[in-house]
Amino acid sequence: MVATYETKSDYKVIGNSPIRHDGVDKVTGRAIYGGDVKAPGLIWGDVLRSPHAHARIKSIDTSAAEAMDGVFAVLTHADFPQADDLTIDAGEGTVNLRRGQSNVMADQKVHYKGHVVAAVAAVDRNTAQVAAQSIKVEYEVLPAISDVDAAMAEGAPQILEGLVGDHLGENVENTNVARVFRHEFGNVDDAFANSDLVIERTVSMSMVHQGYIEPHNATAIWGQDDNLTVWSSTQGSFGVRSQVAGLLHHPESKIKVNYVEIGGGFGGKTVVYLAPIAALLSRKSGGRPVKLVMDRSAVFEATGPAPGGKIRMKIGVNKDGKIQAADTDLILEAGGFPGSAVGAAAICVFACYNLPVSRITGYDVLVNKPKSAAYRAPGSPQASFAIETVIDEICDELGFDKIQFRLDNAAHEGTRRGDGVQFIRVGLEECLVAAKESDHWNTPLGDAPAGKARGRGIASAYWMNGGGKSTCDLMLQDDGTVMLNEGSADIGGTRTSIAMQAAEVLGIPVEDFHPSIPDTDTIGFTGVTGGSRTTYTTGLAAYNAAQKLVVELKSRVADLWETEASNVEFADGTFTANGDSIGIQELAGKLDPTGGPATSTSSVNLAEAGNAYGVQICDLEIDLATGKTDVIRYTAVQDVGKAVHPQYAEGQIQGGVVQGLGWALNEEYFITDDGAMANRSFLDYRMPTSLDMPMIDTIMVEVPNPLHPYGVRGIGEVPICPPLSAAAQAAKEAIGKPFYELPVKPGRILEALND
Amino acid sequence: MATVFLPYALRKYADGAEQVQVPAKTLRELVDNLEAAYPGTREHLVEDDRLKPGLAAIVGHVATRRGLLQKLEPDTEVHFITAISGG
Repeated sequence: MVATYETKSDYKVIGNSPIRHDGVDKVTGRAIYGGDVKAPGLIWGDVLRSPHAHARIKSIDTSAAEAMDGVFAVLTHADFPQADDLTIDAGEGTVNLRRGQSNVMADQKVHYKGHVVAAVAAVDRNTAQVAAQSIKVEYEVLPAISDVDAAMAEGAPQILEGLVGDHLGENVENTNVARVFRHEFGNVDDAFANSDLVIERTVSMSMVHQGYIEPHNATAIWGQDDNLTVWSSTQGSFGVRSQVAGLLHHPESKIKVNYVEIGGGFGGKTVVYLAPIAALLSRKSGGRPVKLVMDRSAVFEATGPAPGGKIRMKIGVNKDGKIQAADTDLILEAGGFPGSAVGAAAICVFACYNLPVSRITGYDVLVNKPKSAAYRAPGSPQASFAIETVIDEICDELGFDKIQFRLDNAAHEGTRRGDGVQFIRVGLEECLVAAKESDHWNTPLGDAPAGKARGRGIASAYWMNGGGKSTCDLMLQDDGTVMLNEGSADIGGTRTSIAMQAAEVLGIPVEDFHPSIPDTDTIGFTGVTGGSRTTYTTGLAAYNAAQKLVVELKSRVADLWETEASNVEFADGTFTANGDSIGIQELAGKLDPTGGPATSTSSVNLAEAGNAYGVQICDLEIDLATGKTDVIRYTAVQDVGKAVHPQYAEGQIQGGVVQGLGWALNEEYFITDDGAMANRSFLDYRMPTSLDMPMIDTIMVEVPNPLHPYGVRGIGEVPICPPLSAAAQAAKEAIGKPFYELPVKPGRILEALND
Repeated sequence: MATVFLPYALRKYADGAEQVQVPAKTLRELVDNLEAAYPGTREHLVEDDRLKPGLAAIVGHVATRRGLLQKLEPDTEVHFITAISGG
């Protein structure tokens, strides 16, 4: 049974946009990030990375590094404990121990260029770099597989030797396809045969990176008592603890992960790369603190981007505007080890539509690229691009209004997703209506200047949002302020959005809260800041902790007033009984005789954060001579459930849109024939900046989530999904040529114009 | 009686059926009764007396966090899907 809530609308704190508690520290440079961590006796680590995308390691000679002055330790995969071929729940999803270890440091083979082969700890960073580069590795270079077609071709070399693929429940050897799965409901082929129009297209997209500004880093101290202390830029300290424990066979109880601020993650900082290496280097260095920081090239080449791949999409529709059937093959790049976002893509791909029958087949395909990781709504942007491309063509072909067609086929309460799960209350229809009524949709595109063309695109998308485990502690201080401890890494202002939910209950100004994010020894388990879960889940823990504090304080008031707790009422921050009243902040200073400090704690393990939908409109202008694109107007409509802090909610939506537009128009892993990434710097990997973007207008629709007392839904992920198709359809409208391959970059536009 | 939406790979154990009816008051009982009716299904769902790592159970409309302890309402529906985390 899942708790559901009746939501109200007359909030005092929720719905305002107070200044974030960590704002001053962050804008004045006082906030401590992973790169700022110092410890007495700190030494530096560095790694040697593979120059090849696919090769067998024949030998590693570390003698020169070991003999170098100032070197304390040299590490290869042989220094890791023997890992079982076992998949464990590592707090933030599953990790196969053997493959996880091999991704952190190569064992026998390198699977992508930049794969770590060895590591060194030395007295300073320069010595560590020189020592690492002195390590000699003999490789047998193998053919690099850079895309899913090559990986699935007959006779393709196997990247992960020994992999046994699970193909629709059957074991398959000698394959690069780790998993094939299917969701199928109804007779799809019959439904296509009975459709008036069937359109089938195959689209493709490149691997892209999250592009967070702060590179990965880790500092570790392996104490003489085997207690391990870690600092690492991460979206979840407990995830680091779980993964390090699993990969190093070290008890979680002997690992403490300290929170440091994070300079962006977007899903890419849910995986450990450096922390296990720093830990083992520290142990081999006699317990000295060891610190490693990646450079930008390493971040691009050897962390966890979003998968590229290809998607076949087939949709049948009748002339009355009703979709009859849909069928898709989702083929996504896992990277060098199994585990792409194809499972999530399958959940999202048909979630905007109420389909009578459907079939989804997913393929998780290894290629010689870095092991993919989560990136904002993992899998959904790719899926949205595929289905919305075909929906747009259907509307063009049959003359349907692009919003009305979506409304006529929209998912709503009771609709089943492509995986069969039925929706509770969702807000897609409200988003489509808001888009239809928006100023943007009702304003003509306007004539393009000479030499340019304009087009408008629209797309919708879905993300299911996450739940999981979170903890929050409240401590009422004598002066009426509240110390709040919570375990979620603060990426988008969640200290404040969490505190606001406790403040609403207690009737204490949120400015009188002092939120902190302690280490993993000091707060209860809290999952990663990801999956759009934090304001929902940790916020609900804060709400529950505040409710428990009210119950505690009622008994204290009863004690003070010598009455029964059942006589004490609480509303708007004031306790009343028998004609007496006292504000909660005044009460705080009078608690000593009633038992001393008043505290409360709450831990939750929630199912999910309520489904999220977004609908977006993109106006694009194209220079017909150069193919350069400019987004000239953009509107993002989204069901946010309830915007706890509207300014942050708007910022999440705007940030997601900009990242999605980068994916649509510019960004790609440009891979050379030998499997190397050619554009591994921010100069060459062109992400949009504020100078490239117009104001992203937002329309926040509030359809309350029945699973949260304030109606909160996850916000941060779905806005990255629609831009891929919205921008591509705008480009199509501008020049009259469809785009089935991302990014829609200038060269590709010029090719289309000259075709 | 719970309605179990069988994952595609398990339908071969139930003559291709998309859904089957299984009497159960808890998820543990459901898995046991599913195995009794359709031998071979259990090993795809459970490992070491818990849901397999990476697998999520949807009971009604939302993913349960109680695993095999999850109680089942009469006439509820149950799905087994890949567990998903986000970015």
